[in-house]
Amino acid sequence: MSKKEVFRIVIDPKDHRDVPLTWITDCPSYLMTKTGSWRTLRPIVDNEKCIKCGICWKFCPDVSIHVEEEGAVVDYEFCKGCGICAHECPVDAIIMEREDDHV
Amino acid sequence: MSKTVIVSGNFAAAYGAKLSRAAVVAAYPITPQTEVVEKIASLVADGEMDAQFVKVESEHSAMAACIAASNAGARAFTASSAHGLTLMHELLIWAAGARLPVVMVNINRAMGPPWSVWADHHDALAQKGTGQLQFFCESNQEVLDSVIMAYKICEGSDIMMPAMVVEDAFILSHTKEPVEIYDQELVDEFLPPYNPEYKLDVNRPFGFGSLGMPDWYMDFRYKMAEAMDKAVDRVEEVNKKFKEVFGRDHGGLIEEYKTDGVDVLIFTMGSISSTSKDVIDELRAEGHNIGLARLRTYRPFPAEKLRELTRNVNVVGVLDRSYTFGHMGDSAGEIKAALYGHKDLILKNYIVGLGGRDLTPKILKNIMLDTLSLQDKELDEEVEWVDLRINQERWRR
Repeated sequence: MSKKEVFRIVIDPKDHRDVPLTWITDCPSYLMTKTGSWRTLRPIVDNEKCIKCGICWKFCPDVSIHVEEEGAVVDYEFCKGCGICAHECPVDAIIMEREDDHV
Repeated sequence: MSKTVIVSGNFAAAYGAKLSRAAVVAAYPITPQTEVVEKIASLVADGEMDAQFVKVESEHSAMAACIAASNAGARAFTASSAHGLTLMHELLIWAAGARLPVVMVNINRAMGPPWSVWADHHDALAQKGTGQLQFFCESNQEVLDSVIMAYKICEGSDIMMPAMVVEDAFILSHTKEPVEIYDQELVDEFLPPYNPEYKLDVNRPFGFGSLGMPDWYMDFRYKMAEAMDKAVDRVEEVNKKFKEVFGRDHGGLIEEYKTDGVDVLIFTMGSISSTSKDVIDELRAEGHNIGLARLRTYRPFPAEKLRELTRNVNVVGVLDRSYTFGHMGDSAGEIKAALYGHKDLILKNYIVGLGGRDLTPKILKNIMLDTLSLQDKELDEEVEWVDLRINQERWRR
């Protein structure tokens, strides 16, 4: 499901009477709560080096990197900066930089 | 056509699941529950029951599988006992929070150590706050009937909570009694297919059980509390409907036995109620004005019904087949809390039959005579352990 298709069952519920019996969402929770702000280190991809092997995508524990035409693309809204992608990259195309250098 | 068979409480539980058309049964064996799932496995293997039987590696996984099945829209069933049930604890709470009407049978067995496989209510009562509805049974027929009624109650769109049907180890689980197996068509009419509003569906995807922040969590817990409050009336309604269709009445919230106009009331749970009723008859024949109330539904706790029952009663004896360490027997504590501010009476709690210790008519009679004596004298002890080695002489004489 792409983010564009996401909608909420109830828009701005006022209280418990407006929502289903339990915590049911019509999208995965990560689309509701953007957790990229937790990051202290930011992965930077050098697509000159990227060979699009997909190993970073396979190892990312939070599905926050994937391979597109131009190379690996990081979803900074959800990436928490663990650095596994950089560690696993066989051609060292990803480096981790301090987040505050990018603010 | 319905037929009457001679079966154990375990088989009665299995037939209850079959008649309810449980579509997914996930279970892990533990004495004395094993026969329940063994029987279901054979019913499925023989093609007599149309269900997916899922073998799992623990009770924790058994309830997890039931939760997933129920979320997918299937009627789910499991069974366990004691250590298995307590291993399930986390998922019992999850099933309730996820509002999934999974029904399980717990064959109550004492917790170790010392290792024990015999009757004791500690295991089930330790789960009273999980959000399960709890029904304590007195006979094998009631086990079968309660499974069917539990689905009917729990699948109500305004209830949607899980339930635990409880039967005593060996006294019911391994003792054979005549049990009527109802006509399937009649059960189908009573219990329509389970069809939840939201379910796992690849064509209509939802997220279930994700993070709820403090600004919402409490409101969802309140919704569960509301459902439990509604379940009080629903238990009585379904009990009444069940009686109309199948001709049996197990008492709904509380089964009353000769309670009209009594001065003294005895409270019991589970299988000891049968022997106790005989003793009540004996005492009444001797001229004592005593009756019995069997707590059948423990969650939701029938506080209102209890207040009605004790309106004109002065002395109450509460028999608990469990003990909450550091306080008293579980049901005695609950009964006291329900009556506080409504009724001032003398209540004595008897701790009995832990780990399967036998409760003979003689012991039960001595307990009831002790309760009767409180009409004329001060309460000696709030809680008394009955038939310990240090006081056996008194209770067995």
